[in-house]
Amino acid sequence: MWERIISRQTRDVWKRLFRRKSAVLGLAIIVGFLILAVLAPYLNLHSHIRGDFRMVLQAPQAGHWLGTDEMGRDLLSRMIWGSRISLTIGVISVIIGAAVGVPVGAISGYYGGKVDIIVQRFIDIMLAFPGILLAIILVSVLGVGLNNVMIAVGVVSIPKYARLVRGTVLQLKERDFVSAAKAIGRSDAAVVFRHIVPNCMGPILVQSTLLIASSILWAAGLSFLGLGAQPPTPEWGTILSRGRDYLMVAPHISTFPGIAIMLVVLGFNLLGDGLRDALDPLDPRT
Amino acid sequence: MSKYLIRRLIMILPVIIGVSLVVFFMVRAIPGDPAQALAGERADEETVAMIRARFGLDQPLPVQYWVFISNALQGDLGRSTRTRRPVAAEIAEMFPNTIKLATAAMAVAVVVGVSAGILSAVKKDTWVDNLSMFIALFGVSMPVFWLGLMLMLVFSVRLNWLPTAGMGTWAHFILPAITLGMSSAAIMARMTRSSMLEVLRQDYIRTARSKGLAEFRIVNKHALKNALIPVVTVLGLQFGTLLGGSVLTETVFAWPGIGRMMVESIMARDYPVVQGAVLTVSLTFIVMNLIVDVLYVYLDPAIKYD
Repeated sequence: MWERIISRQTRDVWKRLFRRKSAVLGLAIIVGFLILAVLAPYLNLHSHIRGDFRMVLQAPQAGHWLGTDEMGRDLLSRMIWGSRISLTIGVISVIIGAAVGVPVGAISGYYGGKVDIIVQRFIDIMLAFPGILLAIILVSVLGVGLNNVMIAVGVVSIPKYARLVRGTVLQLKERDFVSAAKAIGRSDAAVVFRHIVPNCMGPILVQSTLLIASSILWAAGLSFLGLGAQPPTPEWGTILSRGRDYLMVAPHISTFPGIAIMLVVLGFNLLGDGLRDALDPLDPRT
Repeated sequence: MSKYLIRRLIMILPVIIGVSLVVFFMVRAIPGDPAQALAGERADEETVAMIRARFGLDQPLPVQYWVFISNALQGDLGRSTRTRRPVAAEIAEMFPNTIKLATAAMAVAVVVGVSAGILSAVKKDTWVDNLSMFIALFGVSMPVFWLGLMLMLVFSVRLNWLPTAGMGTWAHFILPAITLGMSSAAIMARMTRSSMLEVLRQDYIRTARSKGLAEFRIVNKHALKNALIPVVTVLGLQFGTLLGGSVLTETVFAWPGIGRMMVESIMARDYPVVQGAVLTVSLTFIVMNLIVDVLYVYLDPAIKYD
């Protein structure tokens, strides 16, 4: 019976989500980039690593629809391969943030008392740093590179998950289903992770969608500063940063990666907003 | 009120100590030997050891932290390994430039964001509302460094209307302030809209309308004051975020601020400067959050001090 109720609820959420044009647009943008990212090896593109020195800094033209870069590499190929990197960064950093932030927030909210006070002070300290600044210092400590960018951006999102989950757990822990689980002798770990956390999934999903958007922006920012992906990796922030030196003669090198970042971030923001509304039954529009 | 203020001040003390600990240990965790960096690549071991002893780098970490924090409390943040100048002097020179830029960006955010939010709420569900909210979403989704480059390309390179980089005249402020303020403007537009809609649904607004007051007067005299309470909170938090976010804008426009100084210092492994700059920005961020909390309580009598 429970499965039937849950599947009905999920169906309702999907229905409400698909009723929102902006959320559908967001989803379409994400799916579009996802398809490009998956199909990149099969699209018969120009090499995204090897350049043709006869074709350096070419403006968009037939054969090179987005032009070429300073090494004569096809920008469209690099952008399509770059979509794999940017989407991976977004998803992995959010997984890192959630993997630590969700249990920390859940434990803090469930146990309360001293555990909560100590955890919350740590969260306060992490939140006392502006996000990008904390990510910059972390990358400096861990070393420049794509993997460390994902870790740094993931760590920055830990307090956001912890705060969100703690708040939701505080609301849920007094509910009947939690008392029932305790009454039948479930361990604390089972109560928290089998009964409470699955009920926090709505807000976590919304938060994750919006955090993928900001993670992609932060990671691109770190690469722009030279702390993220290193050339010749076709990461959008790195391509954009390299294009800065050729802004006068080949503005397309910086323009297209910026548009791609903006579109994919917009997609996740639209979807996140739509999910938040669809999951909120009190919202008048639903 | 004063009790609340004292309690909040006491509460931020552990956070400040925590932040100083994090900054201290993180900077020491950065790969590379600062004594070697100070002495230079070709320095012999004896010189490096001498420098290590002179700067207390051979002491245990808790002792080093104690020295660092006692000196910091007296305004001594060490010396830059690049310029050999006191870090505090470098920060005192650069930080006001970042504050100026963040203030200009905040002005852009308030003027554009609050006006767009009010207009959106008043014209709810019309094309004006849809358009301004769509632009706001683009504003949040745009990478600041890209927006900066595009503005530079159009207004400096192509049209030659504004300077490309640096700081000097008021014209130098325009592009960096728009770049840095755009994302905050978008956030404030969304916030103002939802807060305004909430207020416009209240009974006292209905009463004002039934009295036959003009819509302009209702919005300006009755709704705006209450609608702006949550916006003030966002405003304060955004100012702190702008200080951190200035790193990218300052890099794009070669703005002589603390953000660019920090990035350059990380690249040059100038750890005392990194440490001092991060500490300064974080402390300002904490103080801004405190001011927002206090201001919120002051502005909204419905919130109790305890």
